[in-house]
Amino acid sequence: MPGYRTGGEEVLIQGNIACAEGAITAGCKFYAAYPITPASEIMNHLAKRMSEGFIQMEDEIASIASVIGASWAGKKAMTATSGPGFSLMQENIGYAAMTETPCVIVDVQRAGPSTGQATKVAQGDVFQSRFGSNGDYETIVLAPSSAQEMYDLTVEAFNMAERFRTPVILLADETIGRVREEAELGPRNVIDRKSEPTEEPFGEGSPMPSFGMGCNLLITGSTHDSKGYRRAQDAETQRWLSEKLRKKVEDHKKELFKYELINEEAENVFVSFGIEARACEEACRALDFGLLKLNTIFPFDFDEVSKLLEGKKAFVVELNYGQLAMLVRNCSDDVRSITKTNGEPMGPKEIIGEVKKWM
Amino acid sequence: MDVNNYLRTEVFPSTFCPGCGHGIILNALIRAIDDLKLDMRKMVFVSGIGCAGWITSPHIKADTMHTTHGRPLAFATGIKLANPELKVVVIAGDGDLASIGGNHLIHAARRNIDITTICANNSIYGMTGGQASPTTPEGAITLTTPEGSYYNPFDLCALVRGAGAGYVARATVYHARMLAKFIKDALSYDGFSFIDAVSTCPTQYGRRNSMSDPFEMLEWLKRNATTKEGEGKIVIKEWIASSAEK
Repeated sequence: MPGYRTGGEEVLIQGNIACAEGAITAGCKFYAAYPITPASEIMNHLAKRMSEGFIQMEDEIASIASVIGASWAGKKAMTATSGPGFSLMQENIGYAAMTETPCVIVDVQRAGPSTGQATKVAQGDVFQSRFGSNGDYETIVLAPSSAQEMYDLTVEAFNMAERFRTPVILLADETIGRVREEAELGPRNVIDRKSEPTEEPFGEGSPMPSFGMGCNLLITGSTHDSKGYRRAQDAETQRWLSEKLRKKVEDHKKELFKYELINEEAENVFVSFGIEARACEEACRALDFGLLKLNTIFPFDFDEVSKLLEGKKAFVVELNYGQLAMLVRNCSDDVRSITKTNGEPMGPKEIIGEVKKWM
Repeated sequence: MDVNNYLRTEVFPSTFCPGCGHGIILNALIRAIDDLKLDMRKMVFVSGIGCAGWITSPHIKADTMHTTHGRPLAFATGIKLANPELKVVVIAGDGDLASIGGNHLIHAARRNIDITTICANNSIYGMTGGQASPTTPEGAITLTTPEGSYYNPFDLCALVRGAGAGYVARATVYHARMLAKFIKDALSYDGFSFIDAVSTCPTQYGRRNSMSDPFEMLEWLKRNATTKEGEGKIVIKEWIASSAEK
């Protein structure tokens, strides 16, 4: 598919394929996945695009497992799925967090719960993307709202994964995954994998080593010390490790929490992400509203959102029963939740209609 | 050969119970590696959860990955594909490979990917207190089969051969030299190789089945193992696909 690389020019491209191209630009050298609607286009495209390091695994559990294995073998790695597959991946996402493994997981959300509606849109996996695995850990969750952002945020997800040695989740949705629109797929700033030998692979800010370097790596999902030795009974190690995993993301939330603020003077502000941020953008023009469009959902910067919403009325728009609204309510007492959960996106007219009920 | 050269001696004494057969598997693996003069810097040992997850991690002095329950073969597949120069060995238990991870076992065999897999098969979930596993013999008493297991155990060698593995073998921890020889053959094999290493768990299996003394369990393996198929005993042998089948 070299036709997509136009170097600065915009091309007409599907969101999912823009994501796959973003992975290539970011230096992804291993991709494993299992077919699932509406994410399959990513694997279909990469099957043609990657001459090696592509594998269709037997299920989503194996997909994320092989991605983690490949990352420790020194390769940047990604998988993509939708709700049911994302559910299956959760245990190993926790393993990736615990073992500080850089990797990218794309969830093209569809209507749920369970099998739900495979070809219909929803944004119901917000909390699952943050709290899906057992125990306390942090994830970075990015939310694209255009084909362009499917490309840009995929590259960004790889960069963040390398910098913070953590799984990064690209929380897309069916409509953004399947929209065909113009995007520019040129080169981007890419943080390369620098596999470095170390005797302390799990210390504060340790570099990422890889297999075959003679480090005698001890990698485990059990509680471990900075060298990797299991400390399955020791309270101090458990405290130190969980604190370290939390803080390495939390301490950088100011730079990780990315958003766009449109019409910041407006008294009324939409807060949204993904496809609904696009619909809100349209609605803003008719209503003279502002829009806080979140490109990062987690780590959620409560202080920053509180500051942005000070003295304003917030209208949180999303395709679930108010998961983002639950976060925003911690930042302001003046929050309204506008939701839709029938598998269809909420267009600008509908949003305007909902807003008028409050006015 | 000094096995200590291959071990992280600082982690001993090991967590294994007295009389556990898993240490014999580790010894056989090290003997095979030593005989083949393999470069430990280019080997990765991947394990799952449970007692068998501890055979190579943390004991063996090389790159080790102690993964989630049932998934070591899926992790290993990613490692091998991402860096084919690495020699990848999976060691996991019967619960890990044949129950929760059964799907990964048959698919790794089907792909005939160049990974050596050793099933430390003690017919029991040892670490969780002694529940029935998919290889618990019919009639055996476990915590979850107090009146004896009702079900047929898996014949893992037949399963993996049926799924397409090129090299398949079974030995027991009583037949330690044979086990080391089979591991050597498996490590030399270019393709998916699988060894059903029948092990002993006197603590959780033996004491519920009239073999609480580790020696009695080894005697039981000696009496019940045969190289001939069709006698209803534990068949210990190698099955190697001819190059035409490969």
